[in-house]
Amino acid sequence: MRESFLKLHPRWMFRNPVMFTVEVGTIIMLFETIHVAITVNNLQSAFYNLLITLLLLLTVLFGNFAEAIAEARGKAQADSLRKTRQDTKAKKLWEDGSIQEVSSADLRKGDRFVAEAGDVVPADGEIEEGLASIDESAITGESAPVIREAGTDRSSVIGGTKVLSDRIVVVVTTQPGESFLDKMIALVEGANRQKTPNEIALTILLASFTMVFLIVTVTLKPFADYANTPVTIAALVSLFVCLIPTTIGGLLSAIGIAGMDRALRANIIAKSGKAVETAGDIDTLLLDKTGTITIGNRKATRFIPLEAVSQEEFTRYSVLSSLSDSTPEGKSILELAKKQGIEVPKAETAQADFVKFSAETRMSGINLSDGRQIRKGAWDAIKRWSTQSNGILEELEGHVKEIAQNGGTPLALAVDKKALGIIQLEDIIKPGIQERFARLRKMGVKTVMVTGDNPLTAAYIAQQAGVDDYIAEARPEDKMQYIKKEQQAGKLVAMMGDGTNDAPALAQADVGVAMNSGTQAAKEAANMVDLDNDPTKLLEIVEIGKQLLITRGNVTTFSIANDVAKYFAIVPALFAATIPGLNALNIMALTSPESAILSAVIFNAIIIPLLIPLALRGVKYRPIGASALLTRNLLVYGLGGIVLPFIGIKAIDLIVSFML
Amino acid sequence: MKTLRPILILGIVTIILFGGIYPVVMLGVGQLMPEKAAGEPVYHDEQLVGFENIGQPFDSSQYFWGRPSAVAYNAAATGGSNKGPTNPEFLSLVEDQIDSLLKYHPDKEAADIPVELVTASGSGLDPHITPQGAVFQVQRIAQARGMSEEEIRSLIDQYTEDAFLGWFGPSAKVNVLTLNLALDAYTGPK
Amino acid sequence: MHTEILGIFLIFLLSVLLAWPLGRYIVSVFQGEKVWSDFFSPLERWIFRLAGIDPHQPMDWKQNMMALLGTNVFFFLLAFLVLVLQGYQPFWNPVGLGNWEPTLAFNTAVSFTTNTNLQHYSGETSASYFTQLLVFCWLQFVSAATGIAACALLFQGLVNRSSATLGNFYHLFLKSSTRILLPLSIVVCLLLTLGGTPVNFEGLQTVTTLEGDTIQVAGGPVAPMVAIKQLGTNGGGYFGPNSTHPFENPSYFTNIVENVSILLIPMALVFAFGFYLHRRRLAMLFFGVMTLLFVLFVALSASQEMSGNPNYTALGLADGQPNIEGKEVRFGPAASSLWGVSTTSTSNGSVNSMHDSHTPLSGGIFLLDMFINAIYGGVGVGFINFFVFVIIAVFIAGLMIGRTPEFLGKKIEAREVKIAALVVILHPLLILGGTALSSYGIQRNPDVGWLNNPAYHGFSEMLYEFTSAAANNGSGFEGLADNTPFWNILTGIAMMLGRYLPIIGPLAIVGSLAVKKPVPETVGSLPPESFAFGAVLLSVILIVAALSFFPALTLGPLAEYFTMGK
Repeated sequence: MRESFLKLHPRWMFRNPVMFTVEVGTIIMLFETIHVAITVNNLQSAFYNLLITLLLLLTVLFGNFAEAIAEARGKAQADSLRKTRQDTKAKKLWEDGSIQEVSSADLRKGDRFVAEAGDVVPADGEIEEGLASIDESAITGESAPVIREAGTDRSSVIGGTKVLSDRIVVVVTTQPGESFLDKMIALVEGANRQKTPNEIALTILLASFTMVFLIVTVTLKPFADYANTPVTIAALVSLFVCLIPTTIGGLLSAIGIAGMDRALRANIIAKSGKAVETAGDIDTLLLDKTGTITIGNRKATRFIPLEAVSQEEFTRYSVLSSLSDSTPEGKSILELAKKQGIEVPKAETAQADFVKFSAETRMSGINLSDGRQIRKGAWDAIKRWSTQSNGILEELEGHVKEIAQNGGTPLALAVDKKALGIIQLEDIIKPGIQERFARLRKMGVKTVMVTGDNPLTAAYIAQQAGVDDYIAEARPEDKMQYIKKEQQAGKLVAMMGDGTNDAPALAQADVGVAMNSGTQAAKEAANMVDLDNDPTKLLEIVEIGKQLLITRGNVTTFSIANDVAKYFAIVPALFAATIPGLNALNIMALTSPESAILSAVIFNAIIIPLLIPLALRGVKYRPIGASALLTRNLLVYGLGGIVLPFIGIKAIDLIVSFML
Repeated sequence: MKTLRPILILGIVTIILFGGIYPVVMLGVGQLMPEKAAGEPVYHDEQLVGFENIGQPFDSSQYFWGRPSAVAYNAAATGGSNKGPTNPEFLSLVEDQIDSLLKYHPDKEAADIPVELVTASGSGLDPHITPQGAVFQVQRIAQARGMSEEEIRSLIDQYTEDAFLGWFGPSAKVNVLTLNLALDAYTGPK
Repeated sequence: MHTEILGIFLIFLLSVLLAWPLGRYIVSVFQGEKVWSDFFSPLERWIFRLAGIDPHQPMDWKQNMMALLGTNVFFFLLAFLVLVLQGYQPFWNPVGLGNWEPTLAFNTAVSFTTNTNLQHYSGETSASYFTQLLVFCWLQFVSAATGIAACALLFQGLVNRSSATLGNFYHLFLKSSTRILLPLSIVVCLLLTLGGTPVNFEGLQTVTTLEGDTIQVAGGPVAPMVAIKQLGTNGGGYFGPNSTHPFENPSYFTNIVENVSILLIPMALVFAFGFYLHRRRLAMLFFGVMTLLFVLFVALSASQEMSGNPNYTALGLADGQPNIEGKEVRFGPAASSLWGVSTTSTSNGSVNSMHDSHTPLSGGIFLLDMFINAIYGGVGVGFINFFVFVIIAVFIAGLMIGRTPEFLGKKIEAREVKIAALVVILHPLLILGGTALSSYGIQRNPDVGWLNNPAYHGFSEMLYEFTSAAANNGSGFEGLADNTPFWNILTGIAMMLGRYLPIIGPLAIVGSLAVKKPVPETVGSLPPESFAFGAVLLSVILIVAALSFFPALTLGPLAEYFTMGK
């Protein structure tokens, strides 16, 4: 509340030309009221002028109030995040290896600090040494601890999170006050808020409408004088304030702040308002297959042995090969076998040698203590290793092809250079993902799946999931290439990434979302950071962006459409006393000229607080196609904007005339 | 000068083309239909008595009268009254006109007067009135000329012009000059 | 009565039917395709060589703008000089008319250069044949050609994919005059001559009337001038009362020809937009929005005029007679209303009835037409004006569906909105500002003698004059005594600003759009062809352009209407 008054300062108001003119109008009315009170010995007319003055002041206050509420909400959100970074103690590591306890506020970019189990990470940074499990629940709300390790794609830590185990050495990557969170907090605090491009354009348009109506009202004075129907200053100022788009003018910044706030609520830290706005315009979405389209990693779904090999034997070998394999694929093989009732005690491999996957052989496996060598790997690798006849290989080749065509990944298994069969690995497409892509398609957004799979598999999954395009066997530079190609065609591209090698593509994309768990480089290159590390967040971001624009557009339409009724309330009231014939224009049959003007001004003022919930919530985006959406919004906010004030002003008039 | 040259040349060439050659050529082509190009003049005994489409003042009783003219049918300085529909001055002019018409047509009432007889045209040279406007004047002319009302009515019928192609525009009108010339030329019933 | 209605249907249908093929032809001319009129090319090539112009040298919007302004300044200077020095003209001045008063010459030179043709003089009494042809007839060609060329530049800017060059103004300008305006003028001139519009150099002819009086009848090379004044949405008549004059417009047939001529090129340019950009459905939508307003306005105006003036009934005349004051019997009220709406919506400004004497609502509709100034609109500039509304509608509609607004694959951003907004402010500023000045003036000095009509109608006269000047229309509530320095200078300035800023602004917009990388259209982008966008466009036109003038209309036509007959 206090904020609303503080914001009356002209320097502040000047940022919003529409409401600024209302403030000027209020001041003019204030002087007029005093003038009338002194010169005209008529208590009633002084009271009337005072009433108008107060209503105008209220209009400005309501606008400021809307902004203040939106800011407060954003701040509350931000504060809860910021609480985590209250001043903490930091163990600063000096060049000479000594450790000194300093305040976190004294850490500068490039400084090193140590964090051990139980410490709160004092600043954003990148792990230089060590590995630790970290509780990020203060930032993300996710209670399961995460592992952060130096030299990997998950090497960054965020100030405010808590180290649960181990010890890490971290290099500070941001100056105090310049972290992502600080930037985000600034975005929801009006003070430093940069206007977004569309907001600037809209402000210009609204300012020009304000100019037009200024001309309309100022020239009305000599017109009326000519026609011998003198109009009062109160009536002119009222007409002006009612005509200019105060509704959108009052709510514009609240809508912008609320948009940022919605992003923040979705646990997305946007580095600029522009990024959120751009998200609404995205034409192409680059989505990583894993985690976004499919659940986690591939899973084994079938054991297919050679005809000559029994199912059970083959399964046993599969299990043996995977007992010491910690990859998700390996684990899923054990799971599947268990489901089929085959379990191998760990003791059997007690003295066995585990053979790690190497890029050279592209196989992994185990050398049992009895000398048997079990290998599993890509089909062509096994084929090269095996010494079997072509006939047997052909039989297996048939399975391999069949699996690949159906979107699976074949994993071959061989014992002592003899291939025994194929394990079928499959991607599990997330339930409901097709609907989300269909929704995106209706928004006009093209979805592109990025995967390391071979083209055959990729095509199958792409088709199953309903994405529009895919990049198979993708390397980081392929992403970059694709983004550039799309941008060449004038499209806006969004992507999500976490690795350092994603950074160039993230920077190139119009909207780059880095996962919070990603490397510092990725986070620097992106213009948004997702605290939840949720790859499907991109879809939400697009909708938040659209919602921001839609809310602005529809409140603007509503505001301008309101003018029709206001004209019909005030214009007859201005002249009806001297030109009774013009009462025919008083189609709302308002009681008296005074009550008509008062009603219009009251309606104009209270519509702002009434629409605050809408501004904060945002107008929902419906993916029903642009044309249908426009028709719908036009009916609700355009036609509604014309009809509602007729009803509202009439109702207020009934109340006002009853009270007067 | 380099930038001025296109501007100057284009200006001068277009003047010659559109201000000189075009109208002069059209003038030449117009000579192929001299009657039309001259504005359809009407001669009576080799004397230029008017142009078919230019209305002229008539105020003697033996002629049909045209519409009031804000410029008294001065075809060298034409124009309308430019009076607005609610202008009291204009309404009193109309009233005067009604009174004067009723004075010369004592058999009629105000409600019989076709509106074009009391209102001025835009050009001040309107050559036409409606057949009703002509019929309104029949008795006066019959008296002045000593003709029967029937004869005059049939003249009016004869000179009533239909709508364009019979379908488009005002359904009937009478050219006052043509009708008056026909009155003068009238030699009795055939 | 029904033949009058049939008549206006015929005129409207003929206009549409002829405008369609003309639109196609215009595009062929713009794009330099082979057309039947290619026999002009040797002449054009000769002119270009003489003028040192390379017609195929494309220019960006700024260079084109300089060329446009440069030629127009020269046109103005030449016209101004010839007018103030009329007394020295070597030939074609049979009556020996003298020099013009400078402010009137200024006003008139501006007026004809800007395609407005507001006439504060009366042709037959103050302009020699030399002036009529070498100044007025010429300027009616070149001012119209300027507008058409500007429109062609706009089209090219919208077509461009990341390229700054819009074409060559000189080239488009000359071709617009030789390939479009000249052939059409020749056809219309022949039709008019056939219909009885004179073309001669007879000067004043003395006529001995049947009653023995002598009267003087002014003639002249009327038909060629009337043809171009109708076609080029100029409206600068040969005679003072314009096409009410029986020499300018002798019959219902010539009225059809002339009224079709008013609408022909403006309509054709809307279709041309569709052919040029291969967006025929969009062009149809634009045409539909314009036509909706047009038909509505004609219906309102015609019904008002045909049901007459209640004040007549009060004087004892029979009920149900039309308002024929200021109108010609041969056209009737319906055709007068159609012409009135045609001429005001296209910024033509010629009249076949006196607008001052129309009923209040009909006069109000003429004003509304000019406030909008984009229902078909003046040749070239009409579409350019409409384009500004399109930009604003696109901006609002784009936001409503949650995308950064784009039109024809180009993003509409702050720069474009800023320019469009300035153009939108200009119109009310000129009209309301000018009317406010004059209202104030007349209030200070009620005996200044400007007004021919008192009260609300007098206010309408002033409002109409500034509207007509700012909209480059040129028609008038002619009762206004406007040949005074006050009106000459003020409306002269209004005409200049009202002409050039609305051309420069949109060209600057397309200049900036032209270099933008096109955005592909997806199902999420605004479908400009949709019915809903049409509704937004219509609302923008009505609420932003028309409603701004609602208070002014209330004190003029509406006050007069509601007090009429009471």
